[in-house]
Formats: sequence, C-alpha cells, structure tokens
Amino acid sequence: MAEPMGFYTDTTVCIGCKACEVACKEWNQLPSTNGGLNTLSGDSYDNTRRLDGIHWRHVKFIEQFTEDRTDGRWLLMSDVCKHCVQAACLEVCPTGAIVRTEFDTVVIQSDVCNGCRDCIAACPFGVIEINPVSGTAQKCTLCYDRLQVGMEPACSKACPTQSIQFGTISDLKGRAQKRVEQLRQNGERRAYLYGADEQMLGGLNSFYLLADRPEVYGLPPDPKMPTRNLVSGSMFSVLGAILIALIGIFNFRNRGASEREERQR
Amino acid sequence: MSGVPSSSYFSAPPEWGWLIALYFFFGGLAGGSYFLASLIDLFGGPEDRPLSRLGYYISFPCIAVSGLLLTIDLRRPERFWHMLIESHTYRPMLKYWSPMSIGSWALMIFGLFAFVSFLGALADAGRMPWPAWRKVHPPSLLGRFIAVIGGIFGFYVAGYTGVLLAITNRPIWSDTPLLGMLFLVSAASTSAASILLLARGSHLTTPGLFSLRRMDAWFLVLEVIVLVAVILSLGPVLRAWLNAWGLLLVLGVIVLGMLLPLMLHWRRDWLGGLNMPTAAALVLVGGFLLRLVIVFSAQGV
Repeated sequence: MAEPMGFYTDTTVCIGCKACEVACKEWNQLPSTNGGLNTLSGDSYDNTRRLDGIHWRHVKFIEQFTEDRTDGRWLLMSDVCKHCVQAACLEVCPTGAIVRTEFDTVVIQSDVCNGCRDCIAACPFGVIEINPVSGTAQKCTLCYDRLQVGMEPACSKACPTQSIQFGTISDLKGRAQKRVEQLRQNGERRAYLYGADEQMLGGLNSFYLLADRPEVYGLPPDPKMPTRNLVSGSMFSVLGAILIALIGIFNFRNRGASEREERQR
Repeated sequence: MSGVPSSSYFSAPPEWGWLIALYFFFGGLAGGSYFLASLIDLFGGPEDRPLSRLGYYISFPCIAVSGLLLTIDLRRPERFWHMLIESHTYRPMLKYWSPMSIGSWALMIFGLFAFVSFLGALADAGRMPWPAWRKVHPPSLLGRFIAVIGGIFGFYVAGYTGVLLAITNRPIWSDTPLLGMLFLVSAASTSAASILLLARGSHLTTPGLFSLRRMDAWFLVLEVIVLVAVILSLGPVLRAWLNAWGLLLVLGVIVLGMLLPLMLHWRRDWLGGLNMPTAAALVLVGGFLLRLVIVFSAQGV
C-alpha cells in the first residue's frame, strides 16, 4: 500500500475563486445543474449550495459582519469528502461499492453501486448524493485516476493560493501544525485543525485549518460512526421480540381462562 | 453545540419516501403475521389452525410486495442482486454489521419460508391439489421446524428496519436506539389486527380469536410504552417533531392508532359488532402513519 494521501485545506488563505470546483467538474466530467439553467441562491456568492452527486467540491461563503457592515470578516472554505479513516459510508454500503484504495482514500465504484442511498444517510458530513446521470451515489474520489498515474488531484492543482494542499498525510500534518503556530503567533488565536488527529473518526484524510467553531462552517462538532447504535438497537429489538413472544405464549397457553372470562362477559 | 441539538443535523437526507414507508409497513405485516402464526401453531390448540393459516396467507403476499417496493426504490433497480452477490467477483456479499446487507439476505430467506408456509397453509386447508404439502405445515415435525426458523426470520424482518434507520447519521433515526423495538411491537399489533380482520371476513369463529384480541390489546399497551420511551430518548432532538409531523404522530398514531383501539378493546359494547373491525382498522392505519412520520420527518430536518 502506498503512503496515505489526502488534502489539507487552509481556509484562511481561500479567496473563494471556485477554481477547485471548476477543475473538479472538468476533470471528472460532472454535468451542470439543471442543464446549465442554474438559479441564484441568494446566499452570498454561493450558488453551488452543497456537496452532492454532481458537485464534489463546494466553496462555502460565510459572512460574519456587523449589522451596518462596517466591521467583519469572510470565512471561505472549499468543502470536500473527508476520506475518513473510519468511513461511515464504507461501513454501511451493502453492495461493496465503496472501497478503500491503496492511497487510504474512499472511493465509490459507480459500476457496483445500485443507488440504495444508505451511504447518504450514513455520512455525518452530508457529502454523498445521487448523480442523476448515472443513478448512483457519487462523491470526490480524491482523483483516484490521477493518483494512479502519479498526478495530483485536479482541485489542489488548480488552487491559486495553496489553500488546498495535496500530499502524504504525515507531511500535510506537519505543514498544518506549523501554519497554526504561525497564525497564533501573529494574533489569530482562533486557528485550529479540524480532523487532523485520530480522535475524529480515526482521522480525516481531508482535514482543515479553521478559524471558528466547526458548526459555523457547517461541519459537525463530533461526527460519529453509524454503527454506534448497532448493539443497543439490536438489544432493544431482541427485548421487544421476547416481550411479544411472552405475550403470545401467555395468551395462547391461557386460552382456557380467557374463554371462560369471555363467556362471563 | 449552539443552535444544533445533535451532530446528526449535518448529514444529508437519503430521499427514502413513500416506497420505503410502504415497505416498512408491509415488511412489518409479513414478518409479524408469520411469527404470530407460528406462535399460534406452536402454542395454540388444533382448533386454532384456521387462524394460524390466515397469518401465513397474509405473510407471503406482503413479503412479495416488499421485495418489489425495495427493488423499485433503488436508483438502479436492475442491480438489486448486488445486495447479495459481489458484482466483480460473484462471491456472496455480506456485512454482518450493516443492517441493509443482513436485511437483504434475511428478506430472501424469509421470503422462501413465507412461500413454503403459504403453500403448506393452502394444503392444510384443502385448497391445494397436492396434499403432500401438508407435511410442511405444523403439527408435523418438519412443519414445526419450519415455523420456528421462519418465525425467527419473521421477527428479524419486522424489526431490522428500525435498527437500519438507527445505523445512519440522520436526526431522529440515529438519535434513539429504540426504533427497532418500536417497529417490532408495531408489526405485532398491525399483524394481529390484520389476522382479526381476515378472520372476520372469512367468518371464522375459533376460540383463538379471543386470545388474539387480548394479545392485540397487550401489544398496543406495549407500543404506547415504547413510543413514549422513543420520545423521551430523543432529548433535544424532539424539537424536530414540533411541526405537522409531530401533530400527525400524536393525533394519527397515538390517539387514532393506539388509544382509540385500546378503548374499543376495553369497552366492547361501544360499537356492537363493529367494535373489533373498527379497532383493527384503526390499528392498521396507525401503524402505517407511524412509519410515514418516522420516514418523512427525518428527511426534512
């Protein structure tokens, strides 16, 4: 297996140019929304709206301004699949369409997926959706086809400010840690890394440098694995089955009594 | 976590809609009718066999419809077999930790049992040209064996759908571990109601009918308790039901589908001869509305 590869996205240097979105769409030949007749969302400069089957990169625009807009800041973030080390989508996929590659990334094989949509409900980040053209669940592949021939993903290649950086996870973590320290020394005390350590789903192979709470960026503060409910959910169901069986057995064993009772009524 | 009651609020809705709500209902009926029929067969007397046959008559058509609903709901229905066979290697595809994976296998195996028992029930009633099929129906040893194994799969099919919803990251579904239990108990009550309705339709008067009515009342009591437990276990996520879905849950599911039938069970002289069929019909309506609320209310969050 090759060394784990991924993205480190430094949101503090993103300028919202959407070059990553365009490069992703071009390389992966993703169709336009509604045949190109997209409408404006009215939400800042964000007309992509969300990650889905035909948008594998999404630049978020968060405006933090005072009422009169004399003071404030922009938070810009290019969102993408997190390629979790413990991946919820891969865990639940009943067809085996979702696999882990030799680069430790998570890829949906479109020729295997049958569109059951279990992965969509499982992903804690809301990354996956159905591509209406293929009828299968789709998301960022971390340009698996490019990685296989030694190229870097289209989005990070196109990023003009190095907000999106591609590399080995160990190298990226080192770079990211240095950047956090630099920002803090310069007075930006809010800077921190999201998903870089193993606490979050075993580590996100696409992690972020953020300057506000995760939920401000539309990210869950503590994403969890769906199977956390497997044991408790199964146990309660077994308890239900036992109670039902007992009620059934008790009533039919006691039928003589219930018949007498019925006759008396 | 300011403003957001749970981390589950950052996931995307899978667009499971009417087909899935209908599947949850018919799958519950299929599994529930089968396990009730097998319970009647194993613990009731020989005079109750007409009643258990009704359970098998309900179970097979319902599981056949279920398979159809699930296949149509796939965005690529022609690949339904990918749930069972790994399409690259043609090896069996099975993940014991994924309810949808195990559920697909359980549905197929249960479907076989439901089919065999359906034929066995027809033979037992003398409605089949091949009386040898009676051997697959209790009280024969083979029949009892089939009833026990099929009944266990019936329990699984009736309950795993709730566990499947819990093994996601969607609001409501993944915020309580009790949906499997709720669906299971609801499957028992709706199945008892369908058997009662069918028994009335075919003018059946076996003594087991009284037991079944009393059982249904007990199932309803249990269902109310489990539903209240579900509501309490949701904690701050309960906010997601402060809308039309919550209203439907209270009025349609709890009042119309549980409390009113319970009252009709209790006061048997209210509607005279219509008491039992009205109660049974309300239980069925409530059972369907319950699945509708659970499926749709988590989509819009």
